Amino acid sequence: METPMIVLNGIQKWFDSVHVLKGVDYSVARGSVSCLIGPSGSGKSTLLRCINGLQPADEGEVWVDGDLIGLRIDGDHLIPLPEKEVADQRRQIGMVFQRFNLFPHMTALENVMSGPLRVNRAQKAQTRELAMGLLDRVGLAERGDHYPNELSGGQQQRVAIARALAMKPKVMLFDEPTSALDPELVNEVLSVMRDLAAEGMTMIVVTHEMGFAREVADHVCFMDGGVIVEEGHPDAVLANPQTARAREFLSKADEQ
Amino acid sequence: MSVTPGVRPRTRRDPKKSPWRYVAIAVILFLALSLADVALTNPNFGWSVVGQYLFSAVILNGLLLTLELTALVMIIGSVLGVLLAIMRTSSNAFVARSAWAYVWFFRGTPLLIQVIFWFNIAALFPEIELAVPFGPTLVGFDANALITPWTAAVLALSLNEGAYMAEIVRGGLLGVDRGQYEAAQALGMRPNKVFQIIMPQAVRTIIPPTANQLVTTFKNTALVSVIGLADLLHSAQVVYALNYQTIPLLIVAAFWYLLLTSLLSYVQALLERKYSKGYAPRSRPQARTESVVAKSAVAKEV
Repeated sequence: METPMIVLNGIQKWFDSVHVLKGVDYSVARGSVSCLIGPSGSGKSTLLRCINGLQPADEGEVWVDGDLIGLRIDGDHLIPLPEKEVADQRRQIGMVFQRFNLFPHMTALENVMSGPLRVNRAQKAQTRELAMGLLDRVGLAERGDHYPNELSGGQQQRVAIARALAMKPKVMLFDEPTSALDPELVNEVLSVMRDLAAEGMTMIVVTHEMGFAREVADHVCFMDGGVIVEEGHPDAVLANPQTARAREFLSKADEQ
Repeated sequence: MSVTPGVRPRTRRDPKKSPWRYVAIAVILFLALSLADVALTNPNFGWSVVGQYLFSAVILNGLLLTLELTALVMIIGSVLGVLLAIMRTSSNAFVARSAWAYVWFFRGTPLLIQVIFWFNIAALFPEIELAVPFGPTLVGFDANALITPWTAAVLALSLNEGAYMAEIVRGGLLGVDRGQYEAAQALGMRPNKVFQIIMPQAVRTIIPPTANQLVTTFKNTALVSVIGLADLLHSAQVVYALNYQTIPLLIVAAFWYLLLTSLLSYVQALLERKYSKGYAPRSRPQARTESVVAKSAVAKEV
């Protein structure tokens, strides 16, 4: 059997004395789309940040395409890697944020070029070509010389996706990518993500968009209180939840 | 007469004017005229002496030294400030605390004392040596030869400047949204590259207080006159020590200080505009396309 792209083993995380993740085991197959759903404060975003080491797990292991993230094995010990090496590992893991986090002093095109230029020391001309192609792919070829504050939320988020893709990641993490958007702008972002899924990108999406999860996801995870309560095929988890907690959450989500 | 909405040309709305404003204007004018009268009729102002020395070589040389000192102190102080600010944000508590202690000490003691202290450092260390702690001496200097008024002034002002710049830079770095750090890190940037993304954003908030700091430093250089460095103030002092024209020469010095601080404020405004790129909306977002259209229309006519 093919090894999964992402494997999480017993992930635990504390913020001071608050136990946010209480032992999460989870794996994501190559080329699959996995949606993390659940109430706010259930640990979904924190789990996502453990995967690329923005908030390293206190216990447990994160494996991405066979690499142990943020740690090195020395006999029986796991030793944290220096920040430089964790940074290098993050190249293969793209991330898209709820609040876009585009660099405000750079144009859309410069934002997309920023990764390859600063991380891979890529050639400027080649990178420009790559970035133009990516902006075209997210439908913003005409907006390359606009600054983020001259773009709508939906356009900013699509630039952010293009920026992450410029690093040619093996995995894309989405942290509530449409939660900060006006309702009429949600679809333009979801449609870009749908295309990405269709092209075979391995994706983990923290989302409140049940329609997207139902339609695009291969796997849905319901989290609550720092653990995975229920997971499986979207048809099973979303249409016929087995636990009372998931049933309650989903019935409320449907009302919206 | 009825007015159709939207057809009437837009009327200008005059703000309400209080009658007291005329009283205020009258009082201020009166005071200004009295001042001008006194300044022109009192011979002790010595305007002819002011005119005689305003562009004299001794004063202009002093001004040049003051400018050189300001520039050098600002450069060293800024580098030191950035370094200290990065140290303050270090995850290593010892490094962070050391930077804090530095700022605490240099901001907490009068600059005048620091200037005099460095000038008299030879009293504390007659020999200045570079050595391994408790080990052999690498190089040694005679402190009296090394610490001239110039080096004492540069040392004192730069070390002090570093403490103030550290606080300014730290404020700028803290002002950048946490999400910007995360976005840069998530792209796989190493810490130094993350810094390259964050710093230009911090600069926007760093510039206004730095420009103020530059003006303050420029004026603070006058303190070095106490250790006999021939800056603008000291040059004026040297002249009035000989001809007893104290007030006219202080006016000469003040004139140059005021002129330069005004110039610096103007440069500050220019810099602030430059670094607001991507924050304030461009005045006319479509301006570029319009001008292109206009140009092509002109081209066709030609």
